[in-house]
Amino acid sequence: MARVRDINCRHAVELMGDYLEDRLSRRDRRRLEHHLAACDACATYLEEMRATIELTGRVEPDDLRPEVLDALLAVYDDFWRDRGERTAGP
Amino acid sequence: MSTTVSLVDDEELLRRFLAGDREAFRGLVERYQSALVRIARRYVNSPALAEDVAQDTWMAVLRGAARFEGRSSFKTWLFHIVANRARTTGVRERRQIPIDPTDPVAASRFDSEGMWKEPPPSFADLLADTQDRARAVGSLRAAIAELPEAPRSVVTLRDVEGLSTREVSALLGMSEANVRVVLHRARAQLRDELERVVKGGE
Ligand SMILES: [Zn+2]
Repeated sequence: MARVRDINCRHAVELMGDYLEDRLSRRDRRRLEHHLAACDACATYLEEMRATIELTGRVEPDDLRPEVLDALLAVYDDFWRDRGERTAGP
Repeated sequence: MSTTVSLVDDEELLRRFLAGDREAFRGLVERYQSALVRIARRYVNSPALAEDVAQDTWMAVLRGAARFEGRSSFKTWLFHIVANRARTTGVRERRQIPIDPTDPVAASRFDSEGMWKEPPPSFADLLADTQDRARAVGSLRAAIAELPEAPRSVVTLRDVEGLSTREVSALLGMSEANVRVVLHRARAQLRDELERVVKGGE
């Protein structure tokens, strides 16, 4: 008879990392799910990790500094000017 | 202009800037410059050098865009260019990130038996209200900026930019296992930040 060895909350939280990335072994997955079914605190924590991931997905990338943008647009303009000169020929 | 550009997908912006549309190029720069600097920063020592690598990457994009075949997404192609360039530039400066996989997540929250000292509070209220959500996203953004470089890069590429752990591992030159370890700890720290928002909320 296979028995799911009990894990404590600290261990459950540790396993959630690979659980969320879908990389837990079947055995560890069973142990974690077994624990979650009986432990509200850990189930709440897992929900919060999911919420954190979801909200992090709404963070906008860092603002672009105007001088950096200007420099990159200058690169773009140079590129087209060079190309124009080459295709136009002397 | 930028409102329309922001709704257009990468490949369409690429087609447009190849046809000479400057706004389309600007749209891609706005979308990806910070991610490029972030990736480059893993391999080179200074922020200024990372910005140089990012600029070289855009030049390579301009020169190579006509040959881009669309076998991968534009984003994957772009990120590989920057990772390769940064790797070449920073090969002598490469730093090791110390990662201790035995360092437990949220250790201080558990007693000696591994049980919660205090159960985590629910986030349900925080997530129900649009304004609270916006505030939470703002706090997360600030908290990400405060993270040390390795977790910041990992969580930015995985959770903000939406790359897979495998892609993150290839771009940052870390094993997938280490990416997952660093990611889990970073997410736990960000979760703690949200907990502070919940508790501090009126
Ligand atoms: Zn538990």
